Amino acid sequence: MTPVQYRRADSASDAIRLAGTAGHRLLGGGTNLVDLMRKGVERPDTLVDVTGLPGAIEEAADGSIVIGAGARNSAIAAHPLIRSRYPMLSRAILAGASAQIRNMATAGGNLLQRTRCVYFADAAGSRCNKRAPGSGCDAIGGFTRYHAILGASPACIATHPSDMAVALAALDARVHVAGADGARALPLTDFHRLPGDRPDLETELAPGEVIVAIELPPSRLAPRSDYRKVRDRASYAFALVSVAAGLVIEDGRISEARIALGGVAHKPWRAWRAEAALQGEAPNEAAFVAAAEAELAGAEPRPGNMFKVTLAKRTLAAVLSGLCEDQA
Amino acid sequence: MSRVQNVLVGTVRSALGWVPAQWLPGGTPDPLIGRRGEVGRQAARLDGDVKVQGQARFSAEVPLENLCYAALVHGTITRGRITRLDTAKAEAAEGVLLVVTHRNMPRVSGPSLIAITDPTAVGNSSLPILQDDKVHYNGQVVAAVVAETQEQADHAASLIEIDYAAEPAETRFEEAKSGARIIPSLLIERNHLSLGKAERELTRAPHKVDNLYRTQWQNHNAIELHALTVAWGGETLTVHDTTQMIASEAATLAKMFGLKREDVRVLSPFVGGGFGGKGFWDHQVVAVAAARMVGRPLRLQLTREGVYRIVGGRSATEQRVALGADNEGRFTALIHNGYSVMPPYGACPEAYTLGTRSAYRAKSFEILQRHIDMAVVPNTFMRAPGEAIGTFALESAVDELAHELAMDPIELRLRNLPEKHPITGAPFSQHAAAKSWADGAAHFGWERRSATPGARRKGEWRIGMGCGSGSFPYVRMPGAAVRLTIRRDGTATLACSAQEMGMGTSTVLAQQVADRLGVPLDAVVIETGDSDLPAAPMAGGSGQSVSIAGALLAASEKLPAELLRLAGNDSPLAGLRAGEIRLGQEGMASAADPSRHETFRSILARANRDEVSVSATGTPPLEMMKFAMHSTAAMFCELRVSDVTGEIRVDRLLGSFDCGTILNPRTAASQFRGGMIMGLGLALTEETWLDERSGRIMNPTLADYHIPAHLDVPDIEVMWTGIPDPRSPLGARGIGEIGITGVAAAVANAVFNATGKRVRDLPITLDKLL
Repeated sequence: MTPVQYRRADSASDAIRLAGTAGHRLLGGGTNLVDLMRKGVERPDTLVDVTGLPGAIEEAADGSIVIGAGARNSAIAAHPLIRSRYPMLSRAILAGASAQIRNMATAGGNLLQRTRCVYFADAAGSRCNKRAPGSGCDAIGGFTRYHAILGASPACIATHPSDMAVALAALDARVHVAGADGARALPLTDFHRLPGDRPDLETELAPGEVIVAIELPPSRLAPRSDYRKVRDRASYAFALVSVAAGLVIEDGRISEARIALGGVAHKPWRAWRAEAALQGEAPNEAAFVAAAEAELAGAEPRPGNMFKVTLAKRTLAAVLSGLCEDQA
Repeated sequence: MSRVQNVLVGTVRSALGWVPAQWLPGGTPDPLIGRRGEVGRQAARLDGDVKVQGQARFSAEVPLENLCYAALVHGTITRGRITRLDTAKAEAAEGVLLVVTHRNMPRVSGPSLIAITDPTAVGNSSLPILQDDKVHYNGQVVAAVVAETQEQADHAASLIEIDYAAEPAETRFEEAKSGARIIPSLLIERNHLSLGKAERELTRAPHKVDNLYRTQWQNHNAIELHALTVAWGGETLTVHDTTQMIASEAATLAKMFGLKREDVRVLSPFVGGGFGGKGFWDHQVVAVAAARMVGRPLRLQLTREGVYRIVGGRSATEQRVALGADNEGRFTALIHNGYSVMPPYGACPEAYTLGTRSAYRAKSFEILQRHIDMAVVPNTFMRAPGEAIGTFALESAVDELAHELAMDPIELRLRNLPEKHPITGAPFSQHAAAKSWADGAAHFGWERRSATPGARRKGEWRIGMGCGSGSFPYVRMPGAAVRLTIRRDGTATLACSAQEMGMGTSTVLAQQVADRLGVPLDAVVIETGDSDLPAAPMAGGSGQSVSIAGALLAASEKLPAELLRLAGNDSPLAGLRAGEIRLGQEGMASAADPSRHETFRSILARANRDEVSVSATGTPPLEMMKFAMHSTAAMFCELRVSDVTGEIRVDRLLGSFDCGTILNPRTAASQFRGGMIMGLGLALTEETWLDERSGRIMNPTLADYHIPAHLDVPDIEVMWTGIPDPRSPLGARGIGEIGITGVAAAVANAVFNATGKRVRDLPITLDKLL
């Protein structure tokens, strides 16, 4: 690991100032960044520890819940407001990593974690357009089990690894960021980018901007919502496919559907097409299968991950069915 | 592994066929067999306390003054030559003491490859270590950095700049098959075995199955990383290493570095998991050389990635198993052949057909393994090398045949169990596979299995049961030596260079000493883990405990004569000869008249001696050559498969073992369970991603290489027949490896029972069930 300086940010403005300095990287739980530094993928010269910044989970006047960027994943998952109003989010967080990692990892860091593409991680021996723009992509034609089937590009087929962010995408979360030019908020679904020809640019965060909070708007999804993660072992593995979904059913029709997929794209994949297909439909198997088909119609799998198209469709349809099973 | 060896082994075997059994080791059953004592009790691990307190000191934790630290640089091409090697930046980096490359590495010849014929040979690879600019496989060590701290060494290692001229390399299994070679023997067995006309019998058989089975590359993942702490003192060398082969590593280092054997000491009191991976690899040689060059004590610990890069694992295989049977299910043809990898510089033949040779009776056999050359880190011994994956192929095929015959798969196995070794005709020393099947089936509730695949379901989950046979041969290694010392304070010390890898070796040895001498367990002291002690064999082949048991038996037979010499004419034992003595009750007595007894303390006190000591080596293990000595297991699995996602959840596993005397039920159960968990990994999750385009391993981390997590491991039950083997010391056979065997087949067969889908390609990942 390259020698590195360590500093603590005492305030948000401190963090903003330091984040804009060349060679500086913000350090949350370090559960991903430090690994990547050991592998020589990330080479910051200064780490700015932002875990001292607010991590409170509070209800705003309009009923939204605001999660400070420094909140630990385990604290979010266990919080009574989250568990009662956004159980899908609790489940998503608890489906990820291990208890020890969740105790360290922060909300802001979770959104900014890097792909677990093994070619991205292999700085010594593999080409990667995300790590070294323009060098090529060794994942294409290689091991693609954990790679994208939606929204990928000839430059990059990596996936975003977060579970939490998939639930946040389905819950219409907003990301509050602040920089030297002031603060702004954007929908989580617009926060991460698709790879295009610049897979090294992963979010809409401008240089010097930092995440200060995640806002969850009031939601009616809680009674019928779930997060299901499909993976290669029962715990401590990234998603092959995951589904975050919530439905509101009124008068026998679906009046609201919120769905996002994980493990399939460079960003948490909001399933707009499936949602549109379900709007106003009767909640039955045929409608769920049709919605899944609609969402995956544009899938472009590769050798090694062809199965994920079927897996995503089946898992999505099964989760939606499950949401309608236990209640009249 | 030569033709000469085949002839020698064959000659010994046929000669022993004429020798009466009572002349051989085990000819008279060990008197401890069946006696109630410490052996067989659930003694707690002797090393338990220090381990849970964090007091057990592992090789990377040995504190030494003035210690420096090394880091390795791994090559990133698969075959070729280094054309530029710039170490200037690394040498200039803070704290750096030395950069080792092929340019300044002392000239050392490669170690001798592990071979049955040479117990001191430890090499897993015969490639030169930092001796030239050539690269033979991806990840090979190309340089090392020594610095004041580990962090400085790691950083400097990243500053070394290397250019390569790559050359073509064989990295694709399928393509390499065309160049496969046939080696004459597998360990001590002949490779090619042909009995009758198996292909013709297969063609004629009214019932048959004939399929290919594939298993993937696997890597070693002991939680303790490979590490050594080295200290030179002039022409003496002390190495604190984590190794399964203490004595032979000391001998090898002495040879490689031009030292006297007695001037090299290897210390390894605790090994944090071995499984065959804690052998002799390039890092030991680099560390010893670097410590001498830098003139300071030095520590080298591999990174997790480093273990994947330079420590081999289990070879991928493609196996064909064909079974022909008559209408009653009796096997008329058994064919098992296939391909595995063994580069010319490697030592492990991955003998997946060995278990097949003693598993079933058949009218005809055709068995042959072919070995292919690939540019890879040489594969090595990994828990039940051969049997772990060989039983997957064979026992899947038996299940397939049972289905085709519409016969219960256990019944089919019972109908084909051999009464004697099916190939050599040698009698079994002890063989109760039928009982372990019956006991296991009853306990597991096998009768609840539906013979029709896919018949049981709960919600989206299809439920299935499967079973498979496991097997592992008895191995008692030649040359095991011990020193047994009895002291006036009433204690007895057993000393030998045994390896304690966490399985309970020293605990079980203490139990044996207590019974051999008739002393209380807490009066026994076990000294192991040091090459200055009498040489124990390496911990391998599940043979360590029984090999040392043989040496202890020999030592305890020598003890009466020594003690009689001391006892003199005033002893109640006066006038007795050694052959008339029995050890027991903290002393010894006349066998004919047990009232003539004197304690060890009393004898030593009268002789005014503090201690008496005997050294002994176990008898040559000729019993292995005369008798067929095999452990067997019946494995049972119940699992669920999701109709939606193909995910598998194993709900129950049961292993029913026939392994001779169980020396300590507590440590044995843990060994069996650990093996079965590793079997689950083989069946369901473990796979090294060797990128065949580059020859590079792409998942060298515990996050990306999936060993089973806690949630993947169900309730595991283990049981055993406990029937002693009359031909082995204590009636015991090894138990370290058999736990992994048969598990993958039991899982695959349960998946078939649940879904009707036959997966012949490990690991059984969910995509194969969608």
